[in-house]
Amino acid sequence: MAKGNVIKEPLVRVVKRDTRSTAKTYKFVLIRVAAVILALIVDALFIFFITGLNPISVYTTMFKGTFDFEYGSTLFTAKFLTTVRDMALLLGIAVALAPAFKMRFWNIGAEGQVLMGALATACVMQYGVKYVSGPVLMIIMFVMAVIAGAVWGILPAIFKAKWKTNETLFTLMMNYIAINIISFATNVWRGKKSTLGTINSISREGWFPKILNQDFTLGIIMVFALVVLVFIYLKYSKHGYEISVVGESENTAKYAGINIKKVIIRTMAISGAICGLCGFMVVAGKDHTVSTGSAGGYGFTAIIVAWMAKFNTFFMMLIAFLIAFLEHGASEIHSTYAVINDYAADIISAVILFFLIGCEFFINYRLVFRSGRKKEA
Amino acid sequence: MLNVIIAWFSRAVMFATVMLFGSMGEILTEKSGHLNLGIPGIMFIGGFTGFAATHYYEIAAGAAYNPIVCVIIGLICSFGAAALAGLLYSFLTISLRANQNVTGLTITIFGVGLGKFFGTIVMGKSTVSSAAKAFATFSTKIPVLSKIPIAGGLIFSYGFMVYLAIIMAVVINYILKRTRIGLNLRAVGENPGTADAAGVNVSKYKYFSSTLGGGIAGLGGLYYVLEYNKGMWATSNSIEALGWLAVALVIFSTWNSVHAIWGSILFGLLSWAYAFLPKLGVPIPSTTISLVQMLPYVVTLVVLIVISMRKKKENQPPESLGLPYFREDR
Repeated sequence: MAKGNVIKEPLVRVVKRDTRSTAKTYKFVLIRVAAVILALIVDALFIFFITGLNPISVYTTMFKGTFDFEYGSTLFTAKFLTTVRDMALLLGIAVALAPAFKMRFWNIGAEGQVLMGALATACVMQYGVKYVSGPVLMIIMFVMAVIAGAVWGILPAIFKAKWKTNETLFTLMMNYIAINIISFATNVWRGKKSTLGTINSISREGWFPKILNQDFTLGIIMVFALVVLVFIYLKYSKHGYEISVVGESENTAKYAGINIKKVIIRTMAISGAICGLCGFMVVAGKDHTVSTGSAGGYGFTAIIVAWMAKFNTFFMMLIAFLIAFLEHGASEIHSTYAVINDYAADIISAVILFFLIGCEFFINYRLVFRSGRKKEA
Repeated sequence: MLNVIIAWFSRAVMFATVMLFGSMGEILTEKSGHLNLGIPGIMFIGGFTGFAATHYYEIAAGAAYNPIVCVIIGLICSFGAAALAGLLYSFLTISLRANQNVTGLTITIFGVGLGKFFGTIVMGKSTVSSAAKAFATFSTKIPVLSKIPIAGGLIFSYGFMVYLAIIMAVVINYILKRTRIGLNLRAVGENPGTADAAGVNVSKYKYFSSTLGGGIAGLGGLYYVLEYNKGMWATSNSIEALGWLAVALVIFSTWNSVHAIWGSILFGLLSWAYAFLPKLGVPIPSTTISLVQMLPYVVTLVVLIVISMRKKKENQPPESLGLPYFREDR
């Protein structure tokens, strides 16, 4: 047999999986669970060798950061509710990003859009209270926040639509411009005081009403409504269809007669508006003030949430909860053990995220190893 | 008056050097079509490992402290650790085909967490710890030339890493523009499909540039700690902030490392304007400091818009920037 006839086969081949078949859903779940378990093992090694603590007891403490119920108490303890509050905020921003990401418009400017919404809300809260109060004030705050967020989202979209300006870099810059604008505004506002302080702390004008004795309940309700609305919008509306066509292939969209520019600008307006709405929730329901840290980096974390959930708003709930859970678990560790500071949390969550990001590959593709037998031509 | 200008300029140059390293790393990475948003985190890793290595060396060596060994240890540890982070990014985005933005942001979370977490271990119980001898070594000025009246203060009064950064910027520009390797790398970033068809090993180039880019960016962190911040490690967010400025600088310099040299100095002058302008008789109300500090980002945005409008070929972002490349997907 001539040498040339032997087919050279690589050791490993990468083959795309048919992800549309639902028959193997359990497999995908298994892969993700395996990834999280592997990550936890790596984290455990890290905890054990660096700090000398028992990983199991560290994880138990972490668990208590969210679920600190004892025998007889309800599930809805204060810690659980704070975790849910943070999850809701993260989820809200991730939901805002979903339409843009589905269009393959990499809006990494959520942080800025949230901050602008927060700033608009705080402005109305501070100055509008002289003229109106109660629900009217709340509605004006809402509208202004949505407009501010939408404007911050539309700007990069216009340039993307008209001149194909790189949207990732554009939205990234807009974040830092927003941060500096907030810093400027709060500096002007506070005058000679060292911090801005809580707005309307006595009259509680423009604050979310307490529902079930919690400040943020209204926000949680709004976020869950958004989850459903955006899901329907993306899946069942004509707009949602246009978004997915533009995202898959601009040429197809053009051929189908879709006005790409209009879709880009409209979608980003929606994305920015929802981010602005999240800013409104932060100020009216949580902080009752505004600062450069109002968005707290959630604008960036939400990108990870939105992408990992494959733009499905219901999956986002799970991942947002996981991240909020990790965050609160970490601060719980910090208050229990002196050796670990809460930055360890960043490492622990980053390792989990790395594994989750990496495992996507094994969901979308499978590896085929070279079989032992040599094929003959 | 003159002294203030010199002080302002030299502060700006030091500030610029941190960014310049970061930008060079990012330019190399972006030229292969990969947008690495993990650069701020990678700079943090580089800064921390370089600091920890020199700090421990200083303690271990005691009287036998040798400046050259210190420099070598610092550079190798910082570059190595940062390159490992770059390799992690490459593995996830190239081999495992993960989304670049998501991976990059996670690297930033990871890097900042790593630096701050281990930072507290090196620092023990105090909030600030310093590598005094390493600072002295890294900030040694050029002997004779730095004594020249004006030029000495403006040009020759920095540690060696400033000149290293400038030389590297020129070399990187030369390699990218004038050599076969650079041509192939740019081809990979512009259109990986075409490069692949032409026989260029796309994955190899992507891996190489992202890993090397990570390592170079890490040196920015090292420089930040050992000269800019006077050998002190403090768990503040300034390295991260400088990392984002470095990403902005890449756009501002239109992916050209030589433009990044003067661009970074301009950013430095703008960022420090609030501290020096009042001394020159230009009062800046304390409230408007943030507006002045916003300028680098605004200027970058304007540059980004203008280059996208003018459509001049040599100023464009790499065509496939941020897009994944799988041979089978074509």
